Amino acid sequence: MIFSKIPLGNVIERFLDFLTKHISFLTRALSNGLENGIKGIESFFLFFHPLLLIFIFAILSWIIGAQETNVLQSRPTNLSTLKKMQHKASLMKKIPAIKMGIFTFLGFFLIWNLNLWDAMITTFSLVMIATFFSVLIGLPLGILAALFQRFYKIIIPFLDFMQTMPAFVYLIPAIPFFGLGRVSAIFATIIFSMPPVIRLTCLGIKNLPADLIEAANAFGSNKMQKLFKVQLPLAKSTIMAGVNQTIMLSLSMVVIAAMIGAGGLGGEVWRAIQRLEPGKGFESGLAVVILAIVLDRVTQKMAQKK
Amino acid sequence: MEKQVKIKIRNLYKIFGPRPKTALDMYLKKKSKSEILSKTKSTLGVCGVSFDIYQGETLVIMGLSGSGKSTLLRCLNRLHETTQGSIIMDGQDIVQMDYHKVLEMRRHKMSMVFQKFALFPHKTVLENVEFGLEIQKTPEYLRKEKAQKALEQVGLKGWDQFYSPQLSGGMQQRVGLARALAVNPDVLLMDEPFSALDPLIRTDMQDELLPLRKNIQKTIVFVTHDLAEAIKLGDRIVIMKDGELVQIGTPKEILLSPSTSYVEKFVESIDIERALENIAKNP
Repeated sequence: MIFSKIPLGNVIERFLDFLTKHISFLTRALSNGLENGIKGIESFFLFFHPLLLIFIFAILSWIIGAQETNVLQSRPTNLSTLKKMQHKASLMKKIPAIKMGIFTFLGFFLIWNLNLWDAMITTFSLVMIATFFSVLIGLPLGILAALFQRFYKIIIPFLDFMQTMPAFVYLIPAIPFFGLGRVSAIFATIIFSMPPVIRLTCLGIKNLPADLIEAANAFGSNKMQKLFKVQLPLAKSTIMAGVNQTIMLSLSMVVIAAMIGAGGLGGEVWRAIQRLEPGKGFESGLAVVILAIVLDRVTQKMAQKK
Repeated sequence: MEKQVKIKIRNLYKIFGPRPKTALDMYLKKKSKSEILSKTKSTLGVCGVSFDIYQGETLVIMGLSGSGKSTLLRCLNRLHETTQGSIIMDGQDIVQMDYHKVLEMRRHKMSMVFQKFALFPHKTVLENVEFGLEIQKTPEYLRKEKAQKALEQVGLKGWDQFYSPQLSGGMQQRVGLARALAVNPDVLLMDEPFSALDPLIRTDMQDELLPLRKNIQKTIVFVTHDLAEAIKLGDRIVIMKDGELVQIGTPKEILLSPSTSYVEKFVESIDIERALENIAKNP
């Protein structure tokens, strides 16, 4: 070797040590507060009897599933034909939606039956909280990236990094700052799952038909009006696809984070592995799959265009 | 009655590319388009166009693709930034206006109808028509009233709750027209509004526009590539080629005294007798 090894790793470790020394007391305090907050949300869901929540989730997924999505194929030119076609179309929508409601009901019922309800609520809460923050931060960043080319160029390498760096690499350093448990898990999950919402928001806005943007300009919209009245509503389905991806990544990350004490279904899987109980491992894994399918189908439905 | 000039266009140039001023210099020195393109990587959209548009007239800008007609239209409401020249309307030079004045102008003085309709699919027909009024920050009840009136004017009463993809092409363009009329502008800019419609519908729309014009009494700037359409609809016609103004005149003048062989070629393709008949019917 011509050069000696570049001390990249050392630099990172020194940097982390420095941060730990100076701000970890802050982050730890914050993390205690957050941990309590998270537990509070979990207790909220656990307060209700599982069957009640199962019913509510099933009905919600049925309602969301019953939304109108298809644009009519032919173009009638009189009012009465159009109204008849719309009525028929809305009836047909109800049938697949019932399937979704039933699946949600049966799936969550099974989870309850396997004594995994509490664990699922934990995982579900973590996913929801992480997604909330990912979208809260990611959506504005996506809008900025779409509107300002320079910002886009700056943020893209960060996104690549966040999405492909193995998650453990930022999971482990999170521990001195946020402690073992849910908060570290959420921190790592947010980083890992934010890029899709940023990318797809940006893509959604950038790929809008140029003539619609031209029309918005021609009628004198300023930038804010254009953003809120035209660009965001039109990009909505792409943005929701980004949220869907973010949720799925959150779920996978939250399960992995069980390694550092996040609990939930990931914790069950982890425990089963440690005790060499593949049966229990399969049950917990199945619960993750059911949760994933329900979340995916529901958010996909919300992402479909009118 | 003395005709009032609504818009005065003087020496308008629009050049696309990284070095418009250099390209302009070269053009003035009579260099060829291809030389300008290779040296400056710029294309000449509009080259030194000057003419007046009178209050209340329908002025048709006609030319083939690449003639600069759509570019010229977009310079009028600053969708394109002019490279050089002036466009004076109501005592103000549109080219020199600051951003806020441009927005005001687009909101109140000029509106546009597009070739491919440009309707918002996420809004109902009524919401589409209301759009300009919403941008103007008109209160909701007044907005709805004006929008309904505009829909009636274009013959689409009752369709207000539908969505644009549910309508046929001709109906969609009527919504586009209603949207432009709802804001009650002084000037209506129409960019090949009927070119995307099938021939029979196109004829219907042209026939409807003629009486509508009389009702609304606005200045209309209408772009088309079809000379027959220009003759049918225009009070005066501007013929453009490669960014330059070739001839300007009434339909009769264009038909009976084409000023260049280029215009002659177009005129050849028209059934002159029929056209003159139509002109006589619609003064």
